[in-house]
Amino acid sequence: MIARAMTGAARNRLLLAKLSLAVVGMFGFGYLLAPLYDRLCGTERATQTAAKDAARQITRVDLARTVAVQYDANVHGSVHWSFRPLQKSSQVHPGELVHVRYEMTNESNEPVVGQAVPSYAPPAAAAYFHKIECFCFQSQALRPHETRSMPLVFLIDPAIPGDLPTITLSYTFFEIRPRKSA
Amino acid sequence: MQVALDNVPAVAQLPHQGGILRWIRTTNHKDIGTLYLWFSISMFLVGGLMALTIRAELFKPGLQIVRPEFFNQLTSMHGLVMIFLAIMPAFVGFANWQLPLMLGAPDMAFPRLNNLSFWLLPFAAVLLVASFFAPGGATAAGWTLYAPLSVQMGPGMDMAIFAIHILGISSIIGGLNIIVTILNMRAPGMTLFKMPMFAWTWLVTAALLITIMPVLAGTVTMLLFDRHFGTHFFDAAGGGDPVLFQHLFWFFGHPEVYVLILPAFGIVSAVIPTFSRKPLFGLRSMVAATVGIGVVATAVWAHHMFTVGMPVAAQLFFMYTTLLVAVPTGVKVFNWLATMWQGSLTFETPMLFAIGFLFVFTIGGLTGVILAIAPVDIQLHQTYYIVAHFHYTMVASSLFGLFAGTYYWLPKWTGHMYDEKLGQWHFWLTLSFFNLTFIPMFFLGLAGMPRRIPDYALQFTDLNALASIGAFGFGLTQLLFAYIVIKCIRGGERATAQVWEGAKGLEWTVPSPAPHHTFSTPPVVE
Repeated sequence: MIARAMTGAARNRLLLAKLSLAVVGMFGFGYLLAPLYDRLCGTERATQTAAKDAARQITRVDLARTVAVQYDANVHGSVHWSFRPLQKSSQVHPGELVHVRYEMTNESNEPVVGQAVPSYAPPAAAAYFHKIECFCFQSQALRPHETRSMPLVFLIDPAIPGDLPTITLSYTFFEIRPRKSA
Repeated sequence: MQVALDNVPAVAQLPHQGGILRWIRTTNHKDIGTLYLWFSISMFLVGGLMALTIRAELFKPGLQIVRPEFFNQLTSMHGLVMIFLAIMPAFVGFANWQLPLMLGAPDMAFPRLNNLSFWLLPFAAVLLVASFFAPGGATAAGWTLYAPLSVQMGPGMDMAIFAIHILGISSIIGGLNIIVTILNMRAPGMTLFKMPMFAWTWLVTAALLITIMPVLAGTVTMLLFDRHFGTHFFDAAGGGDPVLFQHLFWFFGHPEVYVLILPAFGIVSAVIPTFSRKPLFGLRSMVAATVGIGVVATAVWAHHMFTVGMPVAAQLFFMYTTLLVAVPTGVKVFNWLATMWQGSLTFETPMLFAIGFLFVFTIGGLTGVILAIAPVDIQLHQTYYIVAHFHYTMVASSLFGLFAGTYYWLPKWTGHMYDEKLGQWHFWLTLSFFNLTFIPMFFLGLAGMPRRIPDYALQFTDLNALASIGAFGFGLTQLLFAYIVIKCIRGGERATAQVWEGAKGLEWTVPSPAPHHTFSTPPVVE
């Protein structure tokens, strides 16, 4: 009888071990979920490199219509920087090369390293917005009280549908904190 | 004699300790079940108090009682407390009390782990509730903790994250214990298809728990890293994706809803046959439906996110899988109705709550089908229609299942019959006030009233006042429930071993109240 009881406990422990493996596996699955979803639902987003390649193909300028591009800038978090576009908006012919500038000032007494991240409204416009040169491609290091004027060169794909007459391009500047030494 | 003792696990032979230490050190499944149930009912009152504060604020338009930030904390914490600290522990309490009795096992498979999984809960509860007093208050990002709001909040959010970690560990340990108990500890002769539906539903529930809880733990850990260690999983400003949080959260969150309802299915599947004096109709199809719900549950999550801008193919996929859930669920409802068909029915309180469950669950399920349709959902997203829908499934259905189970097994646990007259009052008041609270919310939602906002437009006033009156009636009625339970523990008509005329199953073969140790020698089934 003792032997049987012990086999019972051993069986329980074996099953517990197997199920615990499942728990660990599911913890890993949590990290796998995003790539899996992208693969299965085809939601991979166009990368910047792909956009630049596309820009090279565009040579035709559509003078028949204009798209209004509005510029916006924000700073993430409560920090002493100012960040603004030097023009509020521009009227752009699709296919035309556009140069604009953004200005950034570090108003603090500390050096700052940051990066601007773009977003588009409406989001569907992102696919037709090709940046050739952008300050958002690299991180920006600013000395205390330094002001820097930064370029942005882009064109709008002539394939842009007519129901996107206005595009808002918004940059958010956020600080890259130095990684704490481990 | 020696042989008989060998069958008893070592823990069962420990002398009975008295006082508070008995409860802290207990490894007895009945003690732990009792602890779970008391913990759950006290948290139910805490969460209810938050709900009543919300409804008091919403009685009239304008701001009267609480500040908007505190209102947001209340809605978030009400959800977290009710789901993680009230309903889930209540069902685990039922599992602890009933599974060994139903399966003919002397105890759970791992009594010490069982003790641990309960005693983690009070610490999580203290951490979560104390976050109200942290600078900036408790989490106000909703119970769903959506990024980027949850990335930005104060230390109350960190306390909520750690509380969820602890609760997750507790649930995983509890789930493992339950699976091993069900698969390995059944009495000789009890095959899987001879075991009660309650055990089947808990088997699927526990499997879901160990599937989804690690994902939630991973998700809130990523949130914690975003908050403190400079990662940008979810922070759009750093190139992260807030929608990723929603995917991860709902991969946990939707199956979680079934975790909260499947054990109620099990309870109702025990109660209805007893008071119909007929065996459960279609046991095998019931089992198939339960497993089916469990499997489909993991592939429907994005129906909570139809408005985030998913590709049409993904919307269609999640819409169809969600509609598919209606099939096994419908099988269950029809099986319960067929069990009652031509039975010799009596309407004691457990049966009333089981039938009440069928009524409110059907409303909750049907509105769920409406919400599953992507274009309709986009219209109703974040309105009171959603609030009404999930309260029909969770409050009404889960809670009615819990009430049915409590009245059904209370005589077995205490050895006394509860006060039948008060029980009937409890049912009718609960049902009336519940519907008075939540039916107006369907119409508010259809008219466009958004949820999670402490103020509303004037035209919503009358229906909100009705809902608030209903909520206060509902809340006060639950004090009657607490009174009935305490009265039953303290005395009452002696219960027989079988308790109910039509009751079948191993738990009814032991005396009432169930002795501290049962089935030390396993019973033989047929």
